Amino acid sequence: MSKPSKKLDNDPNTTGHVWDGIEEFDNPMPRWWLWTFYVTIIWAIGYVIAYPAWPGINNATKGVLGWSSRANVAADIQSAEDKLAPINAKLEAAELTQITTDPELGPYAVSAGNAVFKTWCAQCHGSGAAGAVGYPNLLDNDWLWGGDIENIYATVKHGIRNEEDDDARYSEMPAFGDDYLEDEQIDSVVNYVMSLSGEAKDASIVAAGAEVFADECSSCHMEDGTGDQAQGAPNLADAIWLYGGDYDSIKETVTYSRFGVMPAWGTRLTEAQVRAVSAYVHGLGGGE
Amino acid sequence: MVNYFKLIALGLITFFALIAANYARDLAYLVHALIISGVSFGLFIWVLRGMGTVKVHAQDEYMDDVIRFGVIATAFWGVVGFLAGVFIAFQLAFPVLNFEWAQGYANFGRLRPLHTSAVIFAFGGNALIATSFYVVQRTSAARLWGGNLGWFVFWGYQLFIVLAATGYLLGGTQSKEYAEPEWYVDLWLTVVWVAYLAVFLGTVIKRKEPHIYVANWFFLAFIVTVAMLHLVNNLTVPVSIFGSKSVIVWSGVQDAMVQWWYGHNAVGFFLTAGFLGMMYYFIPKQAERPVFSYKLSIIHFWAIIFLYIWAGPHHLHYTALPDWASTLGMVFSIVLWMPSWGGMINGLMTLSGAWDKLRTDPVIRMMVISVGFYGMSTFEGPMMSIRAVNSLSHYTDWTIGHVHSGALGWNGMITFGALYYLVPVLWKRERLYSLQLVSWHFWLATIGIVLYAASMWVTGIMEGLMWREVDANGFLVNSFADTVAAKKPMNIVRGLGGVMFLTGAVIMCYNLWMTVRKAPAKAASLSVAVPAE
Repeated sequence: MSKPSKKLDNDPNTTGHVWDGIEEFDNPMPRWWLWTFYVTIIWAIGYVIAYPAWPGINNATKGVLGWSSRANVAADIQSAEDKLAPINAKLEAAELTQITTDPELGPYAVSAGNAVFKTWCAQCHGSGAAGAVGYPNLLDNDWLWGGDIENIYATVKHGIRNEEDDDARYSEMPAFGDDYLEDEQIDSVVNYVMSLSGEAKDASIVAAGAEVFADECSSCHMEDGTGDQAQGAPNLADAIWLYGGDYDSIKETVTYSRFGVMPAWGTRLTEAQVRAVSAYVHGLGGGE
Repeated sequence: MVNYFKLIALGLITFFALIAANYARDLAYLVHALIISGVSFGLFIWVLRGMGTVKVHAQDEYMDDVIRFGVIATAFWGVVGFLAGVFIAFQLAFPVLNFEWAQGYANFGRLRPLHTSAVIFAFGGNALIATSFYVVQRTSAARLWGGNLGWFVFWGYQLFIVLAATGYLLGGTQSKEYAEPEWYVDLWLTVVWVAYLAVFLGTVIKRKEPHIYVANWFFLAFIVTVAMLHLVNNLTVPVSIFGSKSVIVWSGVQDAMVQWWYGHNAVGFFLTAGFLGMMYYFIPKQAERPVFSYKLSIIHFWAIIFLYIWAGPHHLHYTALPDWASTLGMVFSIVLWMPSWGGMINGLMTLSGAWDKLRTDPVIRMMVISVGFYGMSTFEGPMMSIRAVNSLSHYTDWTIGHVHSGALGWNGMITFGALYYLVPVLWKRERLYSLQLVSWHFWLATIGIVLYAASMWVTGIMEGLMWREVDANGFLVNSFADTVAAKKPMNIVRGLGGVMFLTGAVIMCYNLWMTVRKAPAKAASLSVAVPAE
């Protein structure tokens, strides 16, 4: 059954064993292989003396070089913080409105704010800040809570509808579908809202919707539907929608309401970082 | 008499599995209980119908039926695993393929472990079981020990695969990479694995050859070590006997360390030692030449066995793992370089005197390129374990590229070579149906791997550099999403590489099928494989 290996004239000796026709030459190990192996072993011995390597009961050897990954990171962070400490102090002391125009602080805040934004804000607002459904676009000049730097700063620092900061921006639209408005009323007010910035789905009930709007909605969204930034009530008369401007989306908003949240970044970032990212967002194009 | 016990046991399992299904706390557990009950009920009927008939096994022949099934299973799971891989590769390039209607079942997070387990454990595992059963019989000149235990290993392992795969899709997972199956699936695998060890070791013990062939050292090391790794990394406490969720006994960084001790040695002993066993048989057979150096095989075997087991911490550089453990992981990985290359040298040098076959025999070409990829990955691995390199490469696609040059190149190609060798022998054919199709497979797979590995090197290094990029003030320049966007072209190239590799495997399946169907039968006098006396 088993075919024996083919032999050539100058073949070395085999070990004499045969398994299913397989034999083995009695060749020595290649010298280069063996020596490279020895070199890696010698290098390894040197390395474990130089670097932390051998565990004991409570501790491990520190290595003669005293290298430590944690100490290195701590030193790197410290040196970066030391280097930026003076300008961060200046940033924290400056008037908010003066930051963007200051020749030194302005560019610094934008570069620092960019890093903060791409690390902490991009997850929801997108790395280009264009937002997504439920997450406002920060590039345009349509603002829920105000677009001047002081308002942006307050939003970033305290967040929106969170429990961790007492100064968080807070407003809540009622869920009008919760046994509060009749279905026809909701239907009509949705059509009225659609008519403010475009075309209603059913023009015949827009007038009825205007009445509902005046009774139920205008206290926050204003008589003309342009909203009120002091309450975070969106402008409904422009064509910009956070949760969608089609009939179904608006109906869902009116029926169940929405509850967008944002963390209070003041509890997680330094004052300088909050200020930097506020300046960065303010400078994206829509800042007032 | 035995059959009565079998009927009682199978009946009880069917019954209790149905009870378990009734009390199931989650979907994965429910489906698994139904599968187990269905399988044992089917076996119950099968045993019942077979009552009274006495089956005679030709004890003087090698047990090749189970290997034939293993070859088919290897080819089948290979295609399934590659297909899953191609699909998730395109999910990464085109997120819309994470279909809304299939959320929670067929999104990337669910399919990724399905892919890794399908290729490593289903394709690779079946290849290892089939080839080890073949090789241990031939090189021990003994029939497989344990009678039908070999069949139990084969079918038991398939059941493990089905339970693991369905579990991933339905959310039954331990969330430990390459050790995702939940506690009862782990227990079942333990039973199967112990049977596997018994069959293999039993055959080695009753061998008629005076010495144990080197391939069998590697297979045995693989079986024993995987058993140990599996047990330690899966020490969990089930939340409920009627639910799939369990809680691992390790916590924090110890859990991470145990996981990567397991994970790295799954590579070391499953994908390296086991496949080296395959290499040590099929390359000398296909080349018809003696193994290059017996001394080298001894030294590199023991060096690999000793060194590999310590290398796991290099997966956890710059994490909560203490520096000393990280140093040791790196040092052992680098010392491991030459022992790993020992296998490559022995494989390649076995061809000295038969190099001309590379021109004429695409099967040997496949085996040679496999050993070449093995050498490349076992150089790349130690290099990536160096802390300074790892700080760039870790968490990037470079790792994915590295794994695939090893998995597609080394494990895939050597398995294809072994299948091309085995099918004509097992089905008693004169030759393969078409060597030209083997050539097509070879080139499609090779170019596919090159596209895959090269695109992942590019994105991996790019990602690493983008994550590091800082401006003059020391602030990060890129967001994570920026790196994802930048990777898109390379993700597409990677997917195309996968398509080529998959196409090659489909061509192989056709070729093997036609070999069985159409290739001329071997002369009758050689058709019965008899253990040498």
